[in-house]
Amino acid sequence: MKISSPDGPPGDSREFSVVAQGLRKTYGDKRALDGFDLAVPRGTVFGLLGPNGAGKTTAVRILCTLIRLDGGSARVGGHDVASEPRMVRRRIGLTGQNPAVDEIMTARQNLEMFGRLFHLGSAQARRRAAELLEQFGLTEAAGKQPKDFSGGMRRRLDLASSMILAPEVLFLDEPTTGLDPRGRSEVWQAVRSLTETGTTVVLTTHYLDEADKLADRIAVIDRGRNVTDSSSAFRGETPTPAALKRAVGGDRIEVMAREEADIPDVVKAVARVAADGSEPETEAETLRVHASVPVGEGVAALTEVARSLQEAGLTVEDIGLRRPTLDEVFLTLTRERQEAAA
Amino acid sequence: MSTTATATDTATTDTATTDTATTAGPVRERRLHWALADCWTIVRRDLTHLAKQPSLVAWQLGFPIVSVLLFVFVFGSAMDIGEGVDYKDYAMPGMFAMTMAFGFMNTAMSVVVDKERGVTDRFRSMPMAPSAVVTGRGVSDVMHAALDLMVLAGIALVVGWRSDGSLLATVYAFVLLLLLRFSLIWIGVWLGLITPNQEAAGNLFAVAFPFGMISSVFTPPSVMPDWLGAIAMWNPVSATSNAVRELYGNPLPAGGSWIEQHSALMAVVWPLIITAVFMPLAVRKFQRLSG
Repeated sequence: MKISSPDGPPGDSREFSVVAQGLRKTYGDKRALDGFDLAVPRGTVFGLLGPNGAGKTTAVRILCTLIRLDGGSARVGGHDVASEPRMVRRRIGLTGQNPAVDEIMTARQNLEMFGRLFHLGSAQARRRAAELLEQFGLTEAAGKQPKDFSGGMRRRLDLASSMILAPEVLFLDEPTTGLDPRGRSEVWQAVRSLTETGTTVVLTTHYLDEADKLADRIAVIDRGRNVTDSSSAFRGETPTPAALKRAVGGDRIEVMAREEADIPDVVKAVARVAADGSEPETEAETLRVHASVPVGEGVAALTEVARSLQEAGLTVEDIGLRRPTLDEVFLTLTRERQEAAA
Repeated sequence: MSTTATATDTATTDTATTDTATTAGPVRERRLHWALADCWTIVRRDLTHLAKQPSLVAWQLGFPIVSVLLFVFVFGSAMDIGEGVDYKDYAMPGMFAMTMAFGFMNTAMSVVVDKERGVTDRFRSMPMAPSAVVTGRGVSDVMHAALDLMVLAGIALVVGWRSDGSLLATVYAFVLLLLLRFSLIWIGVWLGLITPNQEAAGNLFAVAFPFGMISSVFTPPSVMPDWLGAIAMWNPVSATSNAVRELYGNPLPAGGSWIEQHSALMAVVWPLIITAVFMPLAVRKFQRLSG
């Protein structure tokens, strides 16, 4: 299996912490990964986005040496996951979908145990545990059992356990699923602080705002393939959360007219704020007119449309701003892919 | 390739620098060293659990203790196994064997909990010796079983059970009981790995119950219907029960069949067979967990 190709990413591990090419994994009839490519630049927080069942977790589990690949090749931290799993394991941290900590041992005992299993001496394991407790704001809870922790605290202990050796690559598989907003922001803060230590973070999520808050770069995975490059969404731009939002994730303004006769005027008012001079879409049967507006200008656009409607002497049934969900974003991206294939 | 240029470069202190030292020296020796060290770390984890939850032992012993009270004091007077035998002298060694037999559920439950919480995945993604997760489980379960036996034997002594065998025979009897428990660890690990979640693991009792009870634990197979008696006779739990009864010098109603005449042998052979079959299965399943 070739490691670099003219159109693929180079296999240079100084530049890329993770390089995967043509990964395939099949479970029975289901192709979990179907020629998945990935190149994660060193030192970035890389968001792997995709709908449920797209293959995000399978990809992470292969890169963490937990499951074997059926085809393709992957290097993590400069080592091949299939032939050098031990070398890979020394360079990675994993925080899976559930906080993988011992519920009965105290926070400190957990970190010391993981330290020993990373083959630190007992004094070093103790010292490293104290540092991590401090770094993740758990010093006061050091003597308590995780079963008495909040979701956010448990996640932070989980993160700390992945950071024993300050790994070169940290994999976070949906790190905030099931957390309340406070827990999520605690975890986000913890993850951001990690990037300061130079760790490359590979994050899977199905929350757009999470990718937006944390990731420098993103890739969109759909039905086992990386569809980032084939998607027109980024139009050659660097795939960042902002670019994704600009392309498909900007706010949408929606106006519901009183009667059908008003629609042309409503379209005119909405067209003034539409992103990149795009044409507003009309749904005649529901009397709705909607259009994407540039990122961050939703409220201004709303005010603008309301003013033009007023100036035109039109009253409307409803006017509002909608944020597309990530599911809609995926739908847009995958529809493009299906159309391209057809 | 430089194995020292690891991620530890970015660590805030000199932690983990010893890790790099492990790259020197003969590989095989180092592997063995870490396999043992990691196993001990896992055992210590289980000992910590035990220290933090002494009630765990009490819960696990709940069933045998209640059984002791029921069978010795409630049904005991109605139990006549012939030859003027005091029933508790017959039932106690059986109870020891049954506790060992049910032990595989504890193993399976611990394995399921770790798997479900993702702790097993974390271990598998770490540079520790992969064998340690399984061997650590084995060592701590045997230690746990030894503790269970001590408590149970203490209770048995209180209700009047005695071993009339020599000290050596008595010790050997306990070793045979632990051997049975040891062999069942592999069934427990294997079942724990193929069981989807904790709820499903609870259903393992439906397997454990007949396995423990359709045996010579409470009554000699000779009083059962022929077909059931045959199953009970060949049950590994029966072999261990009868072998330890002999060693303790406790009454053992004579059985005519080959299997009943050779319980001392079978109490060793059965665990060896079980281990030979299920240890490879368990290790293989562990290595290929989730694909």
